[in-house]
Amino acid sequence: MSREPQQSSIFKVIGASSLGTLIEWYDFYIFGSLATIIGAQLFPKDAGASALINTLAIFAAGFIVRPFGALVFGRLGDLIGRKYTFLLTLVLMGGSTFLIGLIPSYSSIGYAAPILVLILRLVQGLALGGEYGGAATYVAEHAPANRRGFFTSWIQTTATGGLFLSLGIIVVTKNLIGAEDFADWGWRIPFLLSILLVGVSIYIRMKMHESPMFTKLKSEGNISKNPLKESFSNKANFKMVLLALFGATMGQGVIWYTGQFYAQSFLENTCKLDFNDSRYILLWGIAFATPFFVIFGSWSDKIGRKWIMLTGMLLGIIFYRPIYQIFLDDTDVSKIEQKDIAEISKPVFSKTQIEGTADHIITKSSVVSLVNGGSYTKIQSRTEYADPEKEVRVDPVLYKDKILSTAVFWKFVGLIFFQILLVTMVYGPIAAFLVELFPTKIRYTSMSLPYHVGNGVFGGLVPFIATLIASFSGATPLSGLWYPIGIAALSFVIGAVYLSNNKPDHGEAES
Amino acid sequence: MGPASIIFMFMQAMEKVGLAAEGVDKTNTALQWGIILFIFIPISAGLVIFGYYALKGEYDQLPED
Repeated sequence: MSREPQQSSIFKVIGASSLGTLIEWYDFYIFGSLATIIGAQLFPKDAGASALINTLAIFAAGFIVRPFGALVFGRLGDLIGRKYTFLLTLVLMGGSTFLIGLIPSYSSIGYAAPILVLILRLVQGLALGGEYGGAATYVAEHAPANRRGFFTSWIQTTATGGLFLSLGIIVVTKNLIGAEDFADWGWRIPFLLSILLVGVSIYIRMKMHESPMFTKLKSEGNISKNPLKESFSNKANFKMVLLALFGATMGQGVIWYTGQFYAQSFLENTCKLDFNDSRYILLWGIAFATPFFVIFGSWSDKIGRKWIMLTGMLLGIIFYRPIYQIFLDDTDVSKIEQKDIAEISKPVFSKTQIEGTADHIITKSSVVSLVNGGSYTKIQSRTEYADPEKEVRVDPVLYKDKILSTAVFWKFVGLIFFQILLVTMVYGPIAAFLVELFPTKIRYTSMSLPYHVGNGVFGGLVPFIATLIASFSGATPLSGLWYPIGIAALSFVIGAVYLSNNKPDHGEAES
Repeated sequence: MGPASIIFMFMQAMEKVGLAAEGVDKTNTALQWGIILFIFIPISAGLVIFGYYALKGEYDQLPED
C-alpha cells in the first residue's frame, strides 16, 4: 500500500475514534464543570460547603468506578473486539448523561435526587473506563511502530477537547439564557444536548472496521480465553501493570487534573472569580496548549517517551505552589487601595426569610469597579432574629464575582497555558507508552487498568481531596496542592529509576 | 511507603471523624473518609507489592518491547 492512502486511512480511523472519545469526555466533564450549580440543586439549601464537597464526591464516584469499567470492558474488548465494545460504552455514556439532565431537583423529590444522579454518574464512570483503553488501543494497532506516538497523540487531545467543548457549551448556554435561569433549569441543557452528539458518533462508529491486529489474532485462533486472568495473575504482565501505574499514570493523572480541573475550581471557588472569567481563562489556555499534545507525542517517537513525561511531572512539582500563590495574590481584595477604586455602585438590599423560621437574612451588595478595568462584588449580610433577645449576627464581608483587568486576565491565561503544557508533556506520549507495554491479546485489559486508576482515582480525586485538605483547620488555600505535588513526586522517583526509555523500533509493531 | 500510607490514612480518618460535629457533619466526614480508605488501601497494597518486586530486582531487566 502506498504511503499516502495508508496515512489517509489512519486519519479516518483517528477521526472516527476521536470523535466518540471526545463526546464521552464531554459527557463526563459537564458534571464537574457544573459542580457548584448542581450542588445547589441537588442538596438542601443550608448544606453550604458540604454541598460542594458532596457534589465533588459524586463527581469523584464517577472517577473511582472507572477502573472497574476498565476491567469489564477491557475484558470484553479483548474477547469480542474493540469496535463493538466501544459502541456499547458510547451508548451507555450518552444515555446516562441524557438522563442526568432529566433528574428533578432536591426540592421536588428530596434525597432521591442525589441518589439517582449518583447511580447515573457511576454508569458514566463505567462507560468511560471502557472507552479510552479501547480508543487508544484501536488507533495504536493501526499505526506503524515508529509513529505510534504521533498518531495516538491525536486521541490524547480528546480529553482536553472534551473539557473545552463542555466549558464552551456551558458558557454559551449561560450567556444566552442568563445566569439566573441557567442556575435554575438551564444547566440541564448541556446534558440533554449530549444525546444528539452521541447519535452522530454512533453512526460514524458503526461504519468502522475492527482493529487489524485483533482481526489477525482472531483468524489465528489466538484470542485470550481469559484476559483478566492473563493480565493480572501472570507475574510478568502484572509487574508491568504496577510499574505503569506507579511510575507513569499516577503522576500523569494528578498533573492532568490539577492543571485543568483543579485550576478551574480554584479560580472559581477560592479566588472567587466571575463565572465567565474563570471559564474563558481555561478556554484560552486549552486552545493555545492543545497542539502540544501532538508535538510531544511526535517528539516521543524520536527521543523516547519516559523523560518527556517525567519532565512534565517535575515541572509541576516545582511550579504549582508559586503559580497558585500568584492566583491568590492577584485576586486579593485586601491589596486594593482607595486610589484604585473608580466607582462603587448603589447598594442593592435583599431580605430572605430562613426556611422553617421567622428569622431573616439581610444582604447588601454593591459592585466595586476598579481603575484598571477590573471589578468585584462586595456582599455584607446580617441575620436578624425574630426573638428580640437574640443579637443580630453580622457575617464576614464576602468578595465574589471578581472580574480581572485585561493585563491580569492574560497573565492568568499564561499561567494556565503553562500548566496545560505540562499536561501535554505527561499525556501526549502516554497512550503509545501504555500500548507498547502489553501484548495485543490482553492489551485492552492490561493498559486500561493502570490508566484509569492513575487518572480516575489519583487524578479524578484531585479536586475532592485538595478541597478536603484545604478545609482542615490550620490549612491555607494552597494546602490542597500537597496532594498532587506529593503523588507526582513519588511517580517521578519511581519512573526515573525503573522506567526504560526504549525508543520505538523502526520495524513493524509486534503482535 | 505503602504501610506508612495505610497507617497515615487511618489516623487521619479517625482524627477528622472524631473532630466533626455530631449529626450530619459527622456522617458526611465519615462517608468521605470511608471512600478514601476503601479506594486507597488496595492501591497502597499494590505499592507494597511493587516495592517487593523492585527489591527482588524484577525491574532490572525490562523487556525491549
